[in-house]
Amino acid sequence: MSLVTTRSWLTRPWSIWALFAAVLLVLPHLFSSNLALTMLCQIGIVSISCVSFYLLLGEGGMLSFGHAVYTGMGGYFAIHALNAWGKGAYFIPVSLLPLVGGLGSLVLAFFLGFVSTRQSGTTFAMITLGTSELIASMALMFSDFFGGEAGLSANRVTGHAVLGITFGPQIEVYYLIAVYCFLGVLLMYLFTQTPLGILLNAVRDNPMRVGFIGYNTRRIRWLAFMISGFFAGVAGGLAALNFELVNSEVVGPVRSGAYILFTFLGGTQAFFGPIIGAVLLVLTTNLFSELTKAWLLYLGLIFYISVMYLPGGIASVVVRHVEALKALTGLKSHQPGTLLSQKGIGWEEAWAAFRRILQSYFFLLVTLLALLAGVSLIIEMLYQLQLGDDISMDMNYAGFAVNPMNLELWVLVSMGCGLVGVLFNKCRVRTQRAWSEFDEVIKNHTTVHEEITHSDTENADDDAQAGVKPIQSSKASLGVSNE
Amino acid sequence: MEFLVINVLNGLSYGLLLFMLSAGLTLIFSMMGVLNFAHASFYMLGAYFGYMVNSYLGFGWALLIAPLICGLLGAVFERWSLRKVYAGGHVPELLLTFGLSYLVLEGVQIIWGRSTVAFKLPESLQGPVVTLVSDSAQNLSWVWRWQDPALLQSLCNSALQDTQTLNQCSPFPMNRLFIMLCALSMMALLWGVLNFTRLGLIIKAALTQPRMVEALGHDVPSVFMLVFALGTALAGLAGVVGGSTFITEPAMAASVGSVTFVVVVVGGIGSLVGAFLASILIGMVQTFAVAIDTNLVKILQGLNLPLNETWLHNPILNLTLTQIAPILPYFLLVMMLIVKPSGLLGKKA
Repeated sequence: MSLVTTRSWLTRPWSIWALFAAVLLVLPHLFSSNLALTMLCQIGIVSISCVSFYLLLGEGGMLSFGHAVYTGMGGYFAIHALNAWGKGAYFIPVSLLPLVGGLGSLVLAFFLGFVSTRQSGTTFAMITLGTSELIASMALMFSDFFGGEAGLSANRVTGHAVLGITFGPQIEVYYLIAVYCFLGVLLMYLFTQTPLGILLNAVRDNPMRVGFIGYNTRRIRWLAFMISGFFAGVAGGLAALNFELVNSEVVGPVRSGAYILFTFLGGTQAFFGPIIGAVLLVLTTNLFSELTKAWLLYLGLIFYISVMYLPGGIASVVVRHVEALKALTGLKSHQPGTLLSQKGIGWEEAWAAFRRILQSYFFLLVTLLALLAGVSLIIEMLYQLQLGDDISMDMNYAGFAVNPMNLELWVLVSMGCGLVGVLFNKCRVRTQRAWSEFDEVIKNHTTVHEEITHSDTENADDDAQAGVKPIQSSKASLGVSNE
Repeated sequence: MEFLVINVLNGLSYGLLLFMLSAGLTLIFSMMGVLNFAHASFYMLGAYFGYMVNSYLGFGWALLIAPLICGLLGAVFERWSLRKVYAGGHVPELLLTFGLSYLVLEGVQIIWGRSTVAFKLPESLQGPVVTLVSDSAQNLSWVWRWQDPALLQSLCNSALQDTQTLNQCSPFPMNRLFIMLCALSMMALLWGVLNFTRLGLIIKAALTQPRMVEALGHDVPSVFMLVFALGTALAGLAGVVGGSTFITEPAMAASVGSVTFVVVVVGGIGSLVGAFLASILIGMVQTFAVAIDTNLVKILQGLNLPLNETWLHNPILNLTLTQIAPILPYFLLVMMLIVKPSGLLGKKA
């Protein structure tokens, strides 16, 4: 009860949305270099894409291997519209161009969704893979629409400027992206709160039951698919405006794969997860890929490990800590009542447990960094051996000159990695234990709290629950009094 | 006539290679509900292991050892990675195998480099095994490789014949026949194991009634591991055959992976027979699309339809069948899903 769910964490304070808007406004002033501005624009665009992907994967449980089809086709629709207006065919403000991309993708998602949403789960994934390959190979075939290898380019400074905004300077484009990003993310969030959004969660969790109470599960999936496609198309249209270039890569499977990887890493169990993923995506492809040739391997490794050990992504770590802090402050601020002594104990006990978690983090981080250093050294040496120009030369590893042919180094690093790996695993288990102890403490004390509030405020619970509750709370209070 | 026969044979051999791939995928899926996204990666690994073993021990050993290594790797992956995420449902399984495909791709590039490796079939499996000769009266005769070379020379060397009775000669390569033989013997073996051994009985029982089989004292998780290993070993075998016949390079997984998924969906998910039919179908469609060099303009002209200039130069009408061959499997997939969403032989979802 007291553990806050991921959903209500965002619903309650509207201040979060104000903060989001403020961050979007302020960011280009904090990071004003050209590179930073380019990356901020990309982050804004990719955020919309990733959140729209999250609508499918996180809210609907539909893993699509072809999300880039909708972002990419949105881009194509937008750039065709832009070129048509450039020729003076008709005029709509450039700022509304992403909507053209969105509507185009919506129509596409209507047709392709008809094919793919008949099935769910694994079959859905396979069909999206097939349709994505269909579009990707068509992109190389119909060069009139897709522009062939070179792609299509356009000039976004076209028509008459509305309110003096020409979208010539990058900063004007950034603010356009910021507006779309804010509105898009907000609208998608509001969608998850509508009855349809909630039904979508139900379809994800138990489709048979939803069907049984009279809803058409396929239609719910289809609608969600179209909505996701629309926002993906908006993102694609923004990208077309931003780069003024669209080529067949944007509908390709590599792009779709990136959405899956980063949305998952960001987190698919909380709404803000995909935004973290979007930031990671842009940082990785722009900065990290410059740093090392092996970035795809690192990415694959991190993804692989996080599917096994961190299925909620980075967002779940954030949510977990926020919840823990809330529970802690809840314990502390609780007004002393009849069971005064127990309240005090609860707080101190929980705080001690939380401190143990923080302590375990220290060693966890130290061993993690050591392990990362060792593993990355091995990977870099391997890459240098296989793909480097001259293996007899020293390579640069974090400022040190390292020779990949040095056998002693290999032995040393491998042994070191093994040792640190064992230590790291020990720390991991310790951290896990610390967390479960903390959860235990919180559970015991909050059940006591609930018992008090329940006896104070409400008695008209239904029979079944009333029958269970005394047992639970008596257990909990037993646990407390023993300590 | 010989055109038809040779393309049917080519289509069959390509379809059977597809079946070798999709059989493993279907087996794993029908048993465990896991769609192994990295299945084509095991195909690629099979090719690379085959290349290694081939260069040390010879091709025969490669056919044996490379699938075994693939099977072993599959078992390790199932036991120590996949099993951890079963509780989360099918999406984490799919994501994990998706991640694995990334890792395998990068790993292969680290170990064997980014370019192609020279994995060639032995001499005895190269060259034409049979040449189809059809004379001007459309009579078909088969000239096998062990027959007198002079016969082939006399029939097919255009310098020796007058232009009136020129024979049409189409060679059918030995490696295609080898693919067919491999796939057919693999099918027979699989069918035998599944139907006539105790292990096959347990596998088939665990397919429908895992809890009951477990209650009878069989170790179902180990059976799962075994099935996964079997599936990846089949992919590895296909890799040795396919890699040596066509090309062994890091892109080979991506090029064959999505077609395999199409086969599985079109055949009906989880149905081995359906996968077989769909493999042959797609093999035929692909082969004939490449072989028949025509486009809509030619067809319309053949029907004596009056075409104006804009029609004649319409880029879509001028696309040849060869050009659109790559999208045909996916087009077939979409059509199939509209007409019969459960696939050729799939159970109704």
